[in-house]
Amino acid sequence: MSTRVQLEVFEGPLDLLLHLIKKNEVNITDIPIATITEQYLATVELMQDLSLDVAGEFLVMAATLIHIKSRMLLPASEDLEEDEEGADPRAELVLRLLEYQRFKDAAAQLEQREVLTRDVFVRSGAPSDETALPGFREVSVFELLTALRRVLERLPKDNVHEVTLDKITVREKMTLVLDTVRAQGQVLFESLFSEVKTRMEVVVTFLAMLELVKVRAIRIVQEELSGPIVIQAAVLDQGAEAVAAKAIEEKPHGT
Amino acid sequence: MEREDLKSIVESLLFVADVPVTLHRLTEVLAGADRNDIAAALNELQTDCENNRRGVRLVEVAGGYQLRTAAANADWIKKFLGGRPARMSRATLETLAIIAYRQPITKAEIEAIRGVDVDGVVNTLLERNLIRAVARKDVPGRPFLYGTTAEFLQLFNLKDLTHLPTLKEMEEVTLPEAPGEEIPVERSEE
Repeated sequence: MSTRVQLEVFEGPLDLLLHLIKKNEVNITDIPIATITEQYLATVELMQDLSLDVAGEFLVMAATLIHIKSRMLLPASEDLEEDEEGADPRAELVLRLLEYQRFKDAAAQLEQREVLTRDVFVRSGAPSDETALPGFREVSVFELLTALRRVLERLPKDNVHEVTLDKITVREKMTLVLDTVRAQGQVLFESLFSEVKTRMEVVVTFLAMLELVKVRAIRIVQEELSGPIVIQAAVLDQGAEAVAAKAIEEKPHGT
Repeated sequence: MEREDLKSIVESLLFVADVPVTLHRLTEVLAGADRNDIAAALNELQTDCENNRRGVRLVEVAGGYQLRTAAANADWIKKFLGGRPARMSRATLETLAIIAYRQPITKAEIEAIRGVDVDGVVNTLLERNLIRAVARKDVPGRPFLYGTTAEFLQLFNLKDLTHLPTLKEMEEVTLPEAPGEEIPVERSEE
Protein backbone atom coordinates (compact mmCIF):
# COMPACT_ATOMS: atom_id res chain seq x y z
CA MET A 1 0.00 0.00 0.00
CA SER A 2 2.67 2.46 0.94
CA THR A 3 4.44 2.45 -2.41
CA ARG A 4 1.23 2.70 -4.36
CA VAL A 5 0.15 6.15 -5.36
CA GLN A 6 -3.61 6.33 -5.31
CA LEU A 7 -5.41 8.88 -7.37
CA GLU A 8 -7.06 10.71 -4.53
CA VAL A 9 -10.16 11.54 -6.50
CA PHE A 10 -11.09 8.18 -7.95
CA GLU A 11 -10.91 5.26 -5.61
CA GLY A 12 -11.85 2.77 -8.28
CA PRO A 13 -13.45 2.28 -11.68
CA LEU A 14 -17.00 2.62 -10.33
CA ASP A 15 -16.05 5.93 -8.74
CA LEU A 16 -14.61 7.17 -11.99
CA LEU A 17 -17.74 6.12 -13.88
CA LEU A 18 -20.06 7.84 -11.39
CA HIS A 19 -17.93 10.95 -11.71
CA LEU A 20 -18.15 10.91 -15.52
CA ILE A 21 -21.91 10.33 -15.39
CA LYS A 22 -22.32 13.29 -13.07
CA LYS A 23 -19.98 15.49 -15.11
CA ASN A 24 -21.86 14.76 -18.31
CA GLU A 25 -25.18 15.32 -16.56
CA VAL A 26 -26.60 12.11 -17.89
CA ASN A 27 -29.00 9.67 -16.35
CA ILE A 28 -27.37 6.72 -14.67
CA THR A 29 -30.02 4.42 -16.15
CA ASP A 30 -29.39 5.69 -19.67
CA ILE A 31 -25.66 6.06 -20.02
CA PRO A 32 -24.41 7.31 -23.41
CA ILE A 33 -21.96 4.46 -23.55
CA ALA A 34 -19.79 5.73 -26.44
CA THR A 35 -19.10 9.10 -24.80
CA ILE A 36 -18.54 7.67 -21.34
CA THR A 37 -16.27 4.90 -22.62
CA GLU A 38 -14.17 7.41 -24.52
CA GLN A 39 -13.77 9.65 -21.48
CA TYR A 40 -13.12 6.69 -19.23
CA LEU A 41 -10.33 5.40 -21.45
CA ALA A 42 -8.83 8.89 -21.71
CA THR A 43 -8.71 9.18 -17.92
CA VAL A 44 -7.14 5.76 -17.47
CA GLU A 45 -4.57 6.61 -20.12
CA LEU A 46 -3.77 9.82 -18.28
CA MET A 47 -3.32 7.91 -15.07
CA GLN A 48 -0.86 5.63 -16.81
CA ASP A 49 0.99 8.60 -18.29
CA LEU A 50 1.35 10.01 -14.81
CA SER A 51 2.91 6.70 -13.80
CA LEU A 52 0.16 6.10 -11.32
CA ASP A 53 -0.32 2.52 -10.45
CA VAL A 54 -3.47 1.84 -12.41
CA ALA A 55 -5.12 -1.04 -10.66
CA GLY A 56 -6.14 -4.00 -12.77
CA GLU A 57 -9.76 -3.27 -11.92
CA PHE A 58 -9.63 -0.13 -14.08
CA LEU A 59 -8.57 -2.19 -17.08
CA VAL A 60 -11.22 -4.82 -16.47
CA MET A 61 -13.83 -2.08 -16.44
CA ALA A 62 -12.38 -0.62 -19.66
CA ALA A 63 -12.84 -4.01 -21.32
CA THR A 64 -16.38 -4.25 -19.96
CA LEU A 65 -17.25 -0.81 -21.36
CA ILE A 66 -15.87 -1.64 -24.79
CA HIS A 67 -17.80 -4.89 -24.77
CA ILE A 68 -21.03 -3.12 -23.90
CA LYS A 69 -20.38 -0.50 -26.56
CA SER A 70 -19.90 -3.13 -29.24
CA ARG A 71 -23.06 -4.94 -28.21
CA MET A 72 -25.02 -1.70 -28.38
CA LEU A 73 -23.95 -1.33 -32.00
CA LEU A 74 -25.37 -4.68 -32.99
CA PRO A 75 -28.91 -4.56 -34.32
CA ALA A 76 -31.39 -6.13 -31.97
CA SER A 77 -32.28 -9.49 -33.43
CA GLU A 78 -35.94 -10.29 -33.61
CA ASP A 79 -35.58 -13.94 -32.89
CA LEU A 80 -33.76 -13.54 -29.60
CA GLU A 81 -35.56 -15.02 -26.69
CA GLU A 82 -35.96 -13.20 -23.43
CA ASP A 83 -32.53 -14.25 -22.38
CA GLU A 84 -29.56 -12.15 -21.48
CA GLU A 85 -28.87 -11.24 -25.10
CA GLY A 86 -32.22 -9.57 -25.43
CA ALA A 87 -31.59 -7.29 -22.48
CA ASP A 88 -29.99 -3.89 -22.54
CA PRO A 89 -26.26 -4.60 -22.48
CA ARG A 90 -25.86 -1.83 -19.93
CA ALA A 91 -28.22 -3.34 -17.37
CA GLU A 92 -25.71 -5.16 -15.24
CA LEU A 93 -23.35 -2.22 -15.07
CA VAL A 94 -26.20 0.11 -14.14
CA LEU A 95 -27.19 -2.14 -11.26
CA ARG A 96 -23.63 -2.20 -9.97
CA LEU A 97 -23.38 1.57 -10.18
CA LEU A 98 -26.67 2.06 -8.36
CA GLU A 99 -25.71 -0.40 -5.66
CA TYR A 100 -22.37 1.30 -5.17
CA GLN A 101 -24.02 4.72 -5.12
CA ARG A 102 -26.25 3.58 -2.27
CA PHE A 103 -23.28 2.80 -0.10
CA LYS A 104 -21.57 6.03 -1.01
CA ASP A 105 -24.71 7.77 0.21
CA ALA A 106 -24.76 5.63 3.35
CA ALA A 107 -21.12 6.54 4.03
CA ALA A 108 -21.96 10.21 3.63
CA GLN A 109 -24.82 9.84 6.10
CA LEU A 110 -22.58 8.16 8.64
CA GLU A 111 -20.09 10.97 8.27
CA GLN A 112 -22.77 13.52 9.11
CA ARG A 113 -23.40 11.95 12.47
CA GLU A 114 -21.80 13.23 15.67
CA VAL A 115 -18.50 11.47 15.22
CA LEU A 116 -16.45 10.63 18.29
CA THR A 117 -13.24 12.70 18.60
CA ARG A 118 -14.43 14.99 15.81
CA ASP A 119 -17.75 16.39 17.07
CA VAL A 120 -18.08 14.84 20.48
CA PHE A 121 -15.56 13.69 23.06
CA VAL A 122 -15.47 11.46 26.06
CA ARG A 123 -13.41 11.71 29.18
CA SER A 124 -9.92 10.46 28.36
CA GLY A 125 -8.37 10.18 31.79
CA ALA A 126 -7.94 6.52 32.67
CA PRO A 127 -6.00 4.76 35.37
CA SER A 128 -2.51 3.84 34.29
CA ASP A 129 -1.64 0.41 33.01
CA GLU A 130 0.68 -0.10 35.93
CA THR A 131 -2.04 -0.26 38.55
CA ALA A 132 -2.20 -4.02 38.59
CA LEU A 133 -5.10 -5.49 40.44
CA PRO A 134 -4.16 -6.51 43.98
CA GLY A 135 -3.28 -10.13 44.48
CA PHE A 136 -2.09 -10.74 40.94
CA ARG A 137 1.43 -11.31 39.79
CA GLU A 138 2.94 -11.33 36.35
CA VAL A 139 3.46 -14.76 34.82
CA SER A 140 6.92 -15.86 33.80
CA VAL A 141 7.68 -16.95 30.25
CA PHE A 142 8.41 -20.48 31.41
CA GLU A 143 5.03 -20.87 33.01
CA LEU A 144 3.49 -19.66 29.78
CA LEU A 145 5.45 -22.19 27.76
CA THR A 146 4.37 -24.95 30.12
CA ALA A 147 0.77 -23.89 29.73
CA LEU A 148 1.23 -23.84 25.95
CA ARG A 149 2.60 -27.37 26.01
CA ARG A 150 -0.45 -28.52 27.95
CA VAL A 151 -2.67 -27.05 25.24
CA LEU A 152 -0.64 -28.70 22.48
CA GLU A 153 -0.75 -32.06 24.21
CA ARG A 154 -4.50 -31.90 24.38
CA LEU A 155 -4.86 -31.54 20.61
CA PRO A 156 -6.21 -34.61 18.85
CA LYS A 157 -3.33 -36.75 17.70
CA ASP A 158 -5.07 -38.37 14.77
CA ASN A 159 -5.06 -35.47 12.37
CA VAL A 160 -1.67 -36.18 10.83
CA HIS A 161 -3.20 -36.90 7.44
CA GLU A 162 -5.21 -33.77 7.26
CA VAL A 163 -3.81 -31.02 5.16
CA THR A 164 -5.03 -27.89 6.79
CA LEU A 165 -5.02 -24.88 4.55
CA ASP A 166 -6.77 -22.63 7.00
CA LYS A 167 -4.57 -19.64 7.14
CA ILE A 168 -4.86 -17.25 9.99
CA THR A 169 -2.29 -14.57 10.48
CA VAL A 170 -0.86 -13.48 13.78
CA ARG A 171 -2.35 -10.10 13.10
CA GLU A 172 -5.87 -11.44 12.61
CA LYS A 173 -5.49 -13.51 15.71
CA MET A 174 -4.29 -10.49 17.68
CA THR A 175 -7.54 -8.74 16.84
CA LEU A 176 -9.61 -11.76 17.81
CA VAL A 177 -7.79 -12.29 21.09
CA LEU A 178 -7.96 -8.63 21.98
CA ASP A 179 -11.68 -8.54 21.25
CA THR A 180 -12.35 -11.57 23.40
CA VAL A 181 -10.32 -10.23 26.28
CA ARG A 182 -11.77 -6.75 26.05
CA ALA A 183 -15.31 -8.05 25.81
CA GLN A 184 -14.97 -10.17 28.92
CA GLY A 185 -12.46 -8.12 30.90
CA GLN A 186 -10.43 -11.22 31.62
CA VAL A 187 -10.29 -14.77 30.32
CA LEU A 188 -8.50 -17.94 31.26
CA PHE A 189 -5.42 -18.78 29.22
CA GLU A 190 -6.86 -22.20 28.34
CA SER A 191 -10.19 -20.84 27.16
CA LEU A 192 -8.47 -18.84 24.42
CA PHE A 193 -7.50 -22.16 22.90
CA SER A 194 -10.77 -23.98 23.44
CA GLU A 195 -11.90 -23.54 19.81
CA VAL A 196 -8.46 -24.10 18.35
CA LYS A 197 -8.02 -27.41 16.59
CA THR A 198 -4.62 -27.38 14.91
CA ARG A 199 -1.08 -27.06 16.12
CA MET A 200 -0.48 -24.19 13.73
CA GLU A 201 -3.41 -22.23 15.10
CA VAL A 202 -2.32 -22.84 18.68
CA VAL A 203 1.08 -21.44 17.83
CA VAL A 204 -0.41 -18.47 16.00
CA THR A 205 -2.73 -17.75 18.93
CA PHE A 206 0.16 -17.92 21.33
CA LEU A 207 2.31 -15.60 19.21
CA ALA A 208 -0.61 -13.18 18.95
CA MET A 209 -0.89 -13.20 22.75
CA LEU A 210 2.80 -12.44 23.16
CA GLU A 211 2.59 -9.61 20.64
CA LEU A 212 -0.33 -8.14 22.56
CA VAL A 213 1.63 -8.30 25.80
CA LYS A 214 4.56 -6.65 24.09
CA VAL A 215 2.41 -3.72 23.02
CA ARG A 216 0.78 -3.69 26.45
CA ALA A 217 -2.72 -4.28 25.17
CA ILE A 218 -3.17 -7.25 27.51
CA ARG A 219 -1.56 -8.52 30.72
CA ILE A 220 -0.95 -12.11 31.60
CA VAL A 221 -1.23 -12.72 35.33
CA GLN A 222 -1.98 -15.39 37.87
CA GLU A 223 -3.24 -15.24 41.41
CA GLU A 224 -0.76 -17.74 42.80
CA LEU A 225 2.24 -19.65 41.59
CA SER A 226 1.11 -22.42 39.19
CA GLY A 227 -2.48 -21.30 39.61
CA PRO A 228 -4.68 -20.66 36.59
CA ILE A 229 -3.22 -18.15 34.14
CA VAL A 230 -5.49 -15.21 33.44
CA ILE A 231 -5.40 -12.80 30.49
CA GLN A 232 -6.59 -9.31 31.36
CA ALA A 233 -7.33 -6.37 29.14
CA ALA A 234 -4.84 -3.63 29.92
CA VAL A 235 -6.19 -0.16 30.51
CA LEU A 236 -4.38 1.98 27.99
CA ASP A 237 -3.95 5.68 27.94
CA GLN A 238 -4.12 7.34 24.57
CA GLY A 239 -0.39 7.26 23.95
CA ALA A 240 -0.13 3.57 24.71
CA GLU A 241 -3.22 2.86 22.64
CA ALA A 242 -1.58 4.53 19.65
CA VAL A 243 1.60 2.51 20.15
CA ALA A 244 -0.41 -0.68 20.33
CA ALA A 245 -2.43 0.15 17.22
CA LYS A 246 0.77 0.94 15.36
CA ALA A 247 2.36 -2.32 16.42
CA ILE A 248 -0.59 -4.32 15.12
CA GLU A 249 -0.43 -2.31 11.92
CA GLU A 250 3.24 -3.04 11.38
CA LYS A 251 2.87 -6.71 12.11
CA PRO A 252 3.65 -8.45 8.85
CA HIS A 253 0.95 -10.59 7.27
CA GLY A 254 2.78 -13.89 7.50
CA THR A 255 1.90 -16.35 10.16
CA MET B 1 -32.18 5.57 48.48
CA GLU B 2 -33.67 8.98 47.77
CA ARG B 3 -34.55 9.78 44.22
CA GLU B 4 -32.18 12.74 44.03
CA ASP B 5 -29.40 10.67 45.62
CA LEU B 6 -29.87 8.00 43.00
CA LYS B 7 -29.60 10.53 40.21
CA SER B 8 -26.43 11.93 41.73
CA ILE B 9 -24.85 8.50 42.14
CA VAL B 10 -25.72 7.48 38.59
CA GLU B 11 -24.12 10.67 37.30
CA SER B 12 -20.95 9.96 39.29
CA LEU B 13 -20.76 6.43 37.96
CA LEU B 14 -21.15 7.63 34.40
CA PHE B 15 -18.47 10.24 35.04
CA VAL B 16 -15.83 7.71 36.08
CA ALA B 17 -16.71 5.13 33.43
CA ASP B 18 -14.55 5.12 30.33
CA VAL B 19 -16.91 3.03 28.22
CA PRO B 20 -20.69 3.21 27.82
CA VAL B 21 -22.36 1.77 30.93
CA THR B 22 -25.28 -0.58 30.47
CA LEU B 23 -28.45 -0.33 32.52
CA HIS B 24 -27.74 -3.88 33.61
CA ARG B 25 -24.36 -2.87 35.02
CA LEU B 26 -25.96 0.01 36.91
CA THR B 27 -28.54 -2.29 38.48
CA GLU B 28 -25.73 -4.62 39.53
CA VAL B 29 -23.82 -1.86 41.27
CA LEU B 30 -26.85 -0.11 42.71
CA ALA B 31 -28.20 -3.21 44.39
CA GLY B 32 -31.40 -2.32 46.16
CA ALA B 33 -32.43 0.35 43.72
CA ASP B 34 -35.28 -0.46 41.42
CA ARG B 35 -34.40 -0.89 37.75
CA ASN B 36 -37.19 1.46 36.74
CA ASP B 37 -35.98 4.12 39.16
CA ILE B 38 -32.48 3.91 37.68
CA ALA B 39 -33.93 4.20 34.18
CA ALA B 40 -35.95 7.23 35.34
CA ALA B 41 -32.82 8.78 36.88
CA LEU B 42 -30.99 8.33 33.57
CA ASN B 43 -33.87 9.95 31.75
CA GLU B 44 -33.88 12.91 34.10
CA LEU B 45 -30.13 13.33 33.81
CA GLN B 46 -30.50 13.29 30.06
CA THR B 47 -33.12 16.03 30.15
CA ASP B 48 -31.16 18.06 32.72
CA CYS B 49 -28.10 18.09 30.47
CA GLU B 50 -30.17 19.19 27.48
CA ASN B 51 -32.28 21.81 29.21
CA ASN B 52 -29.51 23.44 31.20
CA ARG B 53 -27.30 23.58 28.12
CA ARG B 54 -24.64 21.68 29.95
CA GLY B 55 -21.23 21.02 28.40
CA VAL B 56 -21.81 17.31 28.66
CA ARG B 57 -24.71 15.30 27.35
CA LEU B 58 -25.92 11.90 28.42
CA VAL B 59 -26.03 9.79 25.28
CA GLU B 60 -27.32 6.29 24.65
CA VAL B 61 -24.61 4.64 22.63
CA ALA B 62 -23.43 1.08 21.87
CA GLY B 63 -26.00 -0.45 24.18
CA GLY B 64 -25.11 1.74 27.17
CA TYR B 65 -25.07 5.25 28.54
CA GLN B 66 -22.14 7.62 28.23
CA LEU B 67 -21.37 11.22 29.06
CA ARG B 68 -20.19 12.99 25.94
CA THR B 69 -19.32 16.60 25.28
CA ALA B 70 -21.86 18.82 23.57
CA ALA B 71 -21.23 18.82 19.82
CA ALA B 72 -21.38 22.62 19.72
CA ASN B 73 -18.20 22.82 21.80
CA ALA B 74 -16.13 20.62 19.50
CA ASP B 75 -13.78 23.35 18.26
CA TRP B 76 -12.84 24.44 21.79
CA ILE B 77 -12.15 20.89 22.83
CA LYS B 78 -9.97 20.27 19.80
CA LYS B 79 -8.02 23.42 20.56
CA PHE B 80 -7.65 22.33 24.17
CA LEU B 81 -6.57 18.78 23.39
CA GLY B 82 -4.34 19.75 20.47
CA GLY B 83 -3.21 17.24 17.91
CA ARG B 84 -4.96 16.31 14.77
CA PRO B 85 -7.85 13.90 14.86
CA ALA B 86 -7.33 10.88 12.62
CA ARG B 87 -9.30 11.42 9.45
CA MET B 88 -10.95 8.52 7.79
CA SER B 89 -10.40 8.22 4.05
CA ARG B 90 -13.37 7.92 1.75
CA ALA B 91 -12.39 4.37 0.83
CA THR B 92 -12.30 3.43 4.51
CA LEU B 93 -15.63 5.04 5.26
CA GLU B 94 -17.37 3.46 2.26
CA THR B 95 -16.01 0.03 3.12
CA LEU B 96 -17.14 0.49 6.70
CA ALA B 97 -20.62 1.45 5.51
CA ILE B 98 -20.83 -1.66 3.32
CA ILE B 99 -19.78 -3.87 6.24
CA ALA B 100 -22.20 -2.13 8.61
CA TYR B 101 -25.23 -2.65 6.38
CA ARG B 102 -24.33 -6.03 4.95
CA GLN B 103 -22.72 -7.81 7.87
CA PRO B 104 -21.61 -10.51 8.13
CA ILE B 105 -19.78 -10.08 4.84
CA THR B 106 -16.59 -11.39 3.24
CA LYS B 107 -13.83 -9.37 1.61
CA ALA B 108 -14.80 -10.78 -1.81
CA GLU B 109 -18.37 -9.58 -1.33
CA ILE B 110 -17.19 -6.10 -0.35
CA GLU B 111 -14.93 -6.04 -3.39
CA ALA B 112 -17.85 -6.98 -5.62
CA ILE B 113 -19.68 -3.85 -4.46
CA ARG B 114 -16.75 -1.45 -4.43
CA GLY B 115 -15.11 -2.77 -7.58
CA VAL B 116 -11.65 -2.52 -6.05
CA ASP B 117 -9.33 -4.49 -3.83
CA VAL B 118 -10.15 -3.87 -0.15
CA ASP B 119 -7.33 -5.71 1.63
CA GLY B 120 -5.60 -2.60 2.90
CA VAL B 121 -8.80 -0.91 3.97
CA VAL B 122 -10.12 -3.96 5.80
CA ASN B 123 -6.84 -4.24 7.68
CA THR B 124 -7.03 -0.60 8.69
CA LEU B 125 -10.55 -1.14 10.00
CA LEU B 126 -9.45 -4.25 11.90
CA GLU B 127 -6.57 -2.36 13.45
CA ARG B 128 -8.84 0.46 14.49
CA ASN B 129 -11.10 -2.15 16.06
CA LEU B 130 -14.09 -0.90 14.07
CA ILE B 131 -14.72 -4.29 12.51
CA ARG B 132 -13.84 -7.82 13.48
CA ALA B 133 -13.88 -11.29 12.03
CA VAL B 134 -17.11 -12.81 13.33
CA ALA B 135 -17.10 -16.20 11.63
CA ARG B 136 -15.99 -18.01 8.53
CA LYS B 137 -18.17 -18.47 5.50
CA ASP B 138 -18.92 -22.05 4.57
CA VAL B 139 -17.59 -21.78 1.01
CA PRO B 140 -14.30 -22.95 -0.49
CA GLY B 141 -11.40 -21.23 1.21
CA ARG B 142 -13.54 -20.55 4.28
CA PRO B 143 -13.07 -16.78 4.11
CA PHE B 144 -13.65 -14.60 7.15
CA LEU B 145 -16.95 -12.89 7.60
CA TYR B 146 -16.63 -9.41 9.02
CA GLY B 147 -18.98 -7.43 11.22
CA THR B 148 -18.85 -4.14 13.09
CA THR B 149 -17.81 -3.73 16.74
CA ALA B 150 -19.03 -1.73 19.72
CA GLU B 151 -16.28 0.76 18.86
CA PHE B 152 -18.03 1.32 15.54
CA LEU B 153 -21.26 2.21 17.34
CA GLN B 154 -19.35 4.52 19.67
CA LEU B 155 -17.57 6.24 16.80
CA PHE B 156 -20.79 7.10 15.01
CA ASN B 157 -22.90 7.74 18.08
CA LEU B 158 -25.22 4.83 17.42
CA LYS B 159 -27.36 3.16 20.08
CA ASP B 160 -27.27 -0.13 18.19
CA LEU B 161 -27.22 -1.42 14.63
CA THR B 162 -30.95 -0.94 14.16
CA HIS B 163 -30.30 2.79 14.52
CA LEU B 164 -28.14 2.95 11.41
CA PRO B 165 -29.53 5.53 8.98
CA THR B 166 -31.90 3.79 6.59
CA LEU B 167 -30.27 2.67 3.40
CA LYS B 168 -31.95 4.32 0.43
CA GLU B 169 -34.12 2.00 -1.56
CA MET B 170 -32.74 1.04 -4.90
CA GLU B 171 -34.26 3.34 -7.50
CA GLU B 172 -36.81 1.81 -9.77
CA VAL B 173 -34.72 1.05 -12.76
CA THR B 174 -36.22 1.12 -16.19
CA LEU B 175 -33.88 0.99 -19.08
CA PRO B 176 -34.97 2.92 -22.10
CA GLU B 177 -34.09 1.77 -25.61
CA ALA B 178 -34.00 -1.78 -24.41
CA PRO B 179 -34.33 -3.95 -27.45
CA GLY B 180 -37.13 -6.39 -26.97
CA GLU B 181 -38.97 -6.37 -23.72
CA GLU B 182 -38.15 -4.29 -20.76
CA ILE B 183 -36.16 -6.31 -18.32
CA PRO B 184 -37.61 -6.57 -14.89
CA VAL B 185 -35.05 -5.37 -12.44
CA GLU B 186 -35.50 -6.62 -8.98
CA ARG B 187 -33.08 -6.37 -6.18
CA SER B 188 -34.36 -7.96 -3.10
CA GLU B 189 -32.96 -6.62 0.12
CA GLU B 190 -32.06 -9.38 2.50
